[in-house]
Amino acid sequence: MTLPLIDFKHVTFKYHAQAEPTLHDVSFQINPGEKVLIAGASGSGKTTLLRLLNGLIPQAYEGEVTGSLTLNGKNILDQTLFDLSLQAGTVLQDSDAQFVGLTVAEDIAFALENDYQPVNKIKAAVSKWANWFGLGERLELSPQALSGGQKQRTAMAGVLVDDGKLLLFDEPLASLDPAAGATAMEMIDNLQSERDLTVVIIEHRIEEVLNANVDRVIVMADGRIVANGTPTEIIQAGVLPKNGLDEPLYIQLLRRANIDITKISGISDVSTVNVNQHKAAIAQLKQKINKNQHLAPQLVIKDLAFSYDNNQTLFAQFNATINQGEILGIVGKNGSGKTTLSHLLTGFLNPESGDILLDGQSVLQQSIKERADHIGYVLQNPNHMITKSTVYEEVASGLVLRQIPEDQIETRVRQVLKLIDLDAMRHWPIAALSFGQKKRLTIAAVLVLEPKILILDEPTAGQDATHTGELLQFLSRINKDKQTTIIIITHDMHLLANFVQRTLVIVNGQLIGDTTPAELLADEQLVEDASLRTTSIYQLAERLEISHPEELNAAIVTQ
Amino acid sequence: MNNLFGYKKRDTWLNHTTGTAKLVGFLLLTTIGMISYDTRFLLGLGLFAVVLMQTTQIKYHEYALMLNLVLVFAVINLVMIMVLAPQYGTQLYGTRHVLFGSGYWSITQEQLFYEFNLLLKYLFSLPFAIILLFTTNPSEFSAGLNKIGVPYKIAYAFAITLRYIPDVQSDYHTISLAQQARGYEISKKASLKARAKGAVQIILPLVFTSLDRIETISQAMELRRFGRQKKRSWYQEQSFSRRDVSVLVGSVIIVGIGIALLLSNGGRLYNPFK
Repeated sequence: MTLPLIDFKHVTFKYHAQAEPTLHDVSFQINPGEKVLIAGASGSGKTTLLRLLNGLIPQAYEGEVTGSLTLNGKNILDQTLFDLSLQAGTVLQDSDAQFVGLTVAEDIAFALENDYQPVNKIKAAVSKWANWFGLGERLELSPQALSGGQKQRTAMAGVLVDDGKLLLFDEPLASLDPAAGATAMEMIDNLQSERDLTVVIIEHRIEEVLNANVDRVIVMADGRIVANGTPTEIIQAGVLPKNGLDEPLYIQLLRRANIDITKISGISDVSTVNVNQHKAAIAQLKQKINKNQHLAPQLVIKDLAFSYDNNQTLFAQFNATINQGEILGIVGKNGSGKTTLSHLLTGFLNPESGDILLDGQSVLQQSIKERADHIGYVLQNPNHMITKSTVYEEVASGLVLRQIPEDQIETRVRQVLKLIDLDAMRHWPIAALSFGQKKRLTIAAVLVLEPKILILDEPTAGQDATHTGELLQFLSRINKDKQTTIIIITHDMHLLANFVQRTLVIVNGQLIGDTTPAELLADEQLVEDASLRTTSIYQLAERLEISHPEELNAAIVTQ
Repeated sequence: MNNLFGYKKRDTWLNHTTGTAKLVGFLLLTTIGMISYDTRFLLGLGLFAVVLMQTTQIKYHEYALMLNLVLVFAVINLVMIMVLAPQYGTQLYGTRHVLFGSGYWSITQEQLFYEFNLLLKYLFSLPFAIILLFTTNPSEFSAGLNKIGVPYKIAYAFAITLRYIPDVQSDYHTISLAQQARGYEISKKASLKARAKGAVQIILPLVFTSLDRIETISQAMELRRFGRQKKRSWYQEQSFSRRDVSVLVGSVIIVGIGIALLLSNGGRLYNPFK
């Protein structure tokens, strides 16, 4: 019998800064050559587990550990971060910040440089791994010139130059669009089988990770391991939704068709799941898509032209209409103009020609501040927006700056805070809020100005299913109660499928699609152009030869 | 890329010279140039620097900003010396040839000559600095610093700063726009006080985002064993070639000439007034 590579026995861990342990009595083993997904909602302790494996605990984060934990048969706590890094390579979540070199080549070389290896040996290793990852032509590029996927591949190459046998991935999908995410998973799969590596992936996006043929799934909740088994066992036991995680969409569909998934074979993969005899039950779920709700146009973009300083034209003659009270999604590849468009709408950038009309009036002459009264914009990173120290002050600041009388400020702020469930915490210091709460706070701070249109940039990035659900509930409430038009820039497919009413697909400054999300996600060509992925429902429909897969998507939408 | 520094791949011999050789050469030449007040030597050095710069194919518009900044600084510096110590030249050279004016404000030939020497120092050192910065890859520059004895953690800080400057710039830009949307007026429309207040609102979020970033960076570096060994190698480091040796020898010869002039002048000054 082979010895387990990783062996945790009754591990409990408490950060010095916290009163309660983050991990409770955690026991599991990982064998050499296994590919394991550790899944869990935010705050489930999965990141802490990873830090224990790679030595960041206790080096960077101090705390008390009890129980025994070994790597390669040796006690992890007796080894330094440096010793551990030779055995276990870590690819961090933020592929941009972990890129320490000035160029791709230097970033891949970084670990070997620190080992004081001879330069010719380093160059050989860099060129080998860069070629493996298809980065051979990009060795001299700076991180600013790379896509998210390329940065992540650089990070992987930079860890693999060590020839370690264990790879740890912290949320590898978080900063990638769905197409790049799928490629990354494929790459991890190939790498693992070719090099006989052991791979541990920390993620909460289950559907995508299961594509990488993981051998085992460990589900965590509240610092404990609540399930540990093959993907099939985990899915059949139905533990994912109970622990704040999204099940793959095709499983959700099967459940809606009241199919007993414990009796289905091949359940862990949409390309093998054996549901032929249930075709009728599944096809029955189809729902007509109601298009064209005949809403009144609110924001009209007319013949917009824009190019950056380097004279690369991004938009030429761009036209689009956004309707009163709708929930609109804007999708498209990174760098294809989504964020630029929102910056043009908010006045952060000015177009070269064309016009933007809000309720028939041009807004181009208004300053950023004036436009913010009508068009609110919530950035992706809440830390970019927060300037005050308490919750109340943060929300009030926009009103104070607009010289609103104090008694009115109080009522308006409290009203918004109640809406986002932060009223009880209004005197709290912002530093004590979680990431999800901060995100809601920044939305509140924009919302208090009562904009007619709210633009959100990647609102669900870095949030698990539970927090996403809360956020979406809150957004639909303001959409209904205040008729606020909501524009969401995203490549989160669950968000698209479950929430958005209409999508605009923008690629290279061109509007190439204006459709419902259900139809978009069933249109293979459009999906590829937008760097998205067709959902597993589409793949299932194709296998079962059910026509109009978008109508099955719609069944999930109207849950 | 990192345009702040102006480094670009150019196919010239100075580009191919190693960072270490250029750094040592730069230090040698500027040191002797700063010590010497021999006008002939400074003129020669300045001429040499300009000729050298011609060979590097650096375009005027690339360094125009830097040149203007240094010139403005130099002029202010010279004027201030004239105002604060108008008789310093006389003191130095031991003679007094008044051109015009009288008393405290009399302008002497000695003073003008002294300030001319100072101007020459600015004029010769600037081309050398431009050559060093514009022809050396920043990482190679770090490697060069490390080679001449600067601890690698400090030398690397230089490269890493350049790596993240564009990111911090873009953070700054985003935050500034978000705060303007919030209602802080930072544009020229607002009063100076309002603008200062608006600027403060950018700093806090910028500090917090940067702290987050720094935490990730330092973890990423430790996870790849930065700081484990006493020494580290440098991917961009190039092996010493004959070209590098000739740069060093050339610099030493020029330093030799400078020292010879110091000896023959019996001090740092070249005195035409005696």
